[in-house]
Amino acid sequence: MDIDVLSLSRLQFALTIAFHYIYPPLSIGIGLVLVLMEAQYLRSKELIYFQMTRFWVKIFALTFAIGVATGIVMEFEFGTNWAFYSRYVGDIFGSALASEGVFAFFLESGFLAILLFGWDKVSKEMHFFSTCMVALGSIFSAIWIVVANSWQQTPAGYHIVGEGINARAEILDFWAMVFNPSSVDRLIHVLLGAWQAGAWLVISVSAYYLFKKVHREFARKSLKISLSIALICSFAQILSGHESALYVSKYQPVKLAAMEGHFPEKAKADLTLVGWVDEEKEKTYAIGIPGMLGFLLSGDFNKEVTGIKAFPKELRPPINLTFQYYHIMVAIGMSLFGLALFSCFAWFKGFLFTNKILLALLISSVLGPQIANQVGWYTAEVGRQPWIVYGLLKTSDGISEAVTANMVLSSLIMFALVYILLFFLFIFLLNRKIKAGPESLDSLREKI
Amino acid sequence: MNHLNLNLTWFIIVGVLFTGYVILDGFDLGVGALHLFSKGDHERRLMINSIGPVWDGNEVWLVTGGGATFAAFPEIYASVFSGFYLAFMLLLLSLIFRAVAIEFRSKFKAKWARQFWDISFSISSISSALLIGVSIGNIIWGVEFSKQKILSMSFLDLVNPYSLSTGILTLALFMMHGSIYLVLKNEGELQKKARRWFHYSMVFFSLSFIFVSVITLLYIPHINEHFKENVIWLLLPFTGILAIANIPREIYHGREFGAFLSSCFAIAALTSLVGIGLFPEIIHCSNNPKWTMDIYNSSSSQKTLAIMLNIALIGVPLVLAYTSCIYYVFRGKVKITKDSY
Ligand code: HDD
Ligand code: HEM
Ligand code: HEM
Repeated sequence: MDIDVLSLSRLQFALTIAFHYIYPPLSIGIGLVLVLMEAQYLRSKELIYFQMTRFWVKIFALTFAIGVATGIVMEFEFGTNWAFYSRYVGDIFGSALASEGVFAFFLESGFLAILLFGWDKVSKEMHFFSTCMVALGSIFSAIWIVVANSWQQTPAGYHIVGEGINARAEILDFWAMVFNPSSVDRLIHVLLGAWQAGAWLVISVSAYYLFKKVHREFARKSLKISLSIALICSFAQILSGHESALYVSKYQPVKLAAMEGHFPEKAKADLTLVGWVDEEKEKTYAIGIPGMLGFLLSGDFNKEVTGIKAFPKELRPPINLTFQYYHIMVAIGMSLFGLALFSCFAWFKGFLFTNKILLALLISSVLGPQIANQVGWYTAEVGRQPWIVYGLLKTSDGISEAVTANMVLSSLIMFALVYILLFFLFIFLLNRKIKAGPESLDSLREKI
Repeated sequence: MNHLNLNLTWFIIVGVLFTGYVILDGFDLGVGALHLFSKGDHERRLMINSIGPVWDGNEVWLVTGGGATFAAFPEIYASVFSGFYLAFMLLLLSLIFRAVAIEFRSKFKAKWARQFWDISFSISSISSALLIGVSIGNIIWGVEFSKQKILSMSFLDLVNPYSLSTGILTLALFMMHGSIYLVLKNEGELQKKARRWFHYSMVFFSLSFIFVSVITLLYIPHINEHFKENVIWLLLPFTGILAIANIPREIYHGREFGAFLSSCFAIAALTSLVGIGLFPEIIHCSNNPKWTMDIYNSSSSQKTLAIMLNIALIGVPLVLAYTSCIYYVFRGKVKITKDSY
């Protein structure tokens, strides 16, 4: 076998988590939309909000189901493919994963039953309460998993016991572990990204109805709610992205240098907008704003920033990849904010619901947060290489010794096939639900 | 031992989580295994909707059990999950297909598509049950691993006669448990059928239970030691057998709920038997007993165990409270409505 267990395990982990991460942001995001819609319904008693809630619950059920099916894979995969890593971090990491089960997954899956099937079994208020609990549960699961991942990026509150093959990280201070230097900032960033994913999906579908001139009242109301979320979140995301860059510069300077393609050991740095990194020649061809990076990090245009050359070759992540992923995310982040701002202007001026070009743009906008969420994680994870636990354990040391390349290859092929099938089914069903549109108001009137 | 023994406490908690899983997801998987015996679209919808609102929550017991093992006994999590690699990948494949089949079946109108999801649902339930049983069988029997706790058994080594028979026992147990649940949740024609399935699966279960018990007594001495040392423990298999015997009696008297409780109790007795049999070992090393992983040498630090105990003390009562509320909301016989699967 030419391909080794390590590359295969990495490929499999990347594939399964990237695929999983299509769905959780949608569930978290739609969850927030649902809470707002159902709250409107309880407050105003207008049937149309009931119609909206019921429609989006159906889409939610779909993203949730695939989120669950692919999430269980993640929970097992640490043990199956990263046994050494699991031994190493179990003392710390395990408690975050176990908390996720106890506090988040039970809450979500329990109240999901009432959300989906409880319409005639409980009161309106109780149903709304369940919607809130499901949304809250999905946020809790983001909290715990982001804590776990952040610990691995910026370890804190631990000490190392044992040596060599028996070395393990043991917990010293639980709260220092939970509030490690990056967890709060990235939790905010991740949640904003998830809310944007949900909001832009709703925007896209509403714009599609307006474009086709069907379900217009429904679409207008949905668009107003989701656009408000998108405007707030897309603005906040830029601020929170800035905060993220700050802790990265502090705790993982080599990652920041890679994100910006900045090679010189110590020099003023530009904020690059687009470019290409030649890793062989150690040179970046880019257009940027001179001195801007230093300014953003410390308020001083002349501030000197550490570059990649300050770090030995074997401790550098793949630079061009990190660079490109990062710039795609930022470009999308800026564009989404611009689009949200302009749409609000159009709403104010009264052409939001009729202008075909704007509507077409909004229909395609759904891809924006999806891509940004993916490349955002790629930036964080690829930029962390070669470490699996930053500064403590190399990725190449984290794998399972009991597993052979052929075993991983077969499971990798299995996941690839199953996930392709799942993805097409998801798109097919989503498309059909959207085409079918919401239930008619008359049929809903009978229901209540 | 004058302080609270955290390792023992966590051994029990992890045991409770997996027992909860087997009791709850057990009837789901059982319903899935029986699914293809039901006929016609309406009947199949009734089958799926019997477990509709609860199956997802039931599966979370597995997720949390896995998470708790990771946190409390990382050594076990790492060795067993990587050592049983292919078996666990197949289990994951089954669980994915099961989840998706339940969710997607009702979304398709075409007959062939529904047929496809029906078959997926049933086969994946059967294979999940078998794989869970095979894994338990290997844990009872003991496995081979190196000093570094790296398992050295191929997939075919893991599928040996003993683990196959525990696999079949698990399937039979789930089918029996699931059929009682169906009797409980349905009325009319389907309830009659479920009663019939109960009779067959009860026989199937009893035979495999006797078979596995005899082999275990004869061939796995390390699992029986506690029962020889302390005869009090023998009360447990005894009450377990009483509970099993009580199931047909309750069904005969038309007390489905009693039968279901009995069956839950019987499952708890069986998993406790395994737990006590293993204790204090978790994974017995058959090539060198000195390397055996037990609740002390494979656990997290005392500090982590203590932190997690707090988490469990806060979390578990909450979980139990709303889980019972939700079962209460969905009590009674299944009715197909517009929102059903
Ligand atoms: C709790 C931990 C955790 C979380 C929440 C994530 N990751 Fe991660 N990721 C890992 C823990 C990890 C890891 C176990 O540490 C890996 C496996 C191999 C490695 O190098 O790091 C990894 C690798 C890894 C790779 C391969 C990098 C490489 O090998 O060069 C990608 C592309 C991602 N992840 C993507 C993601 C995405 C899209 C996530 C969004 C949910 C994500 N990760 C969340
Ligand atoms: C490697 C890391 C991850 C692991 C091990 C993991 C594990 C899981 C598991 C086991 C489930 C299924 C739970 C169930 O049965 O209900 C799940 C679902 C979910 N996960 Fe992940 N997950 C990971 C990454 C993430 C991240 C980064 C987020 C959020 C920021 C996230 C958010 C969610 C949510 C909200 C669900 C609920 C299902 C859904 O909404 O679709 N997960 N995850
Ligand atoms: C607009 C400007 C943005 C900036 C300056 C920015 C900045 C950053 C930085 C520096 C990181 C790396 C953190 C790390 O390595 O630990 C990051 C990660 C990430 N970004 Fe962004 N981001 C922006 C927009 C967005 C948008 C629009 C989305 C999604 C809708 C998004 C989603 C993510 C995700 C999911 C991650 C990985 C999780 C994390 O590490 O926090 N970002 N971002």
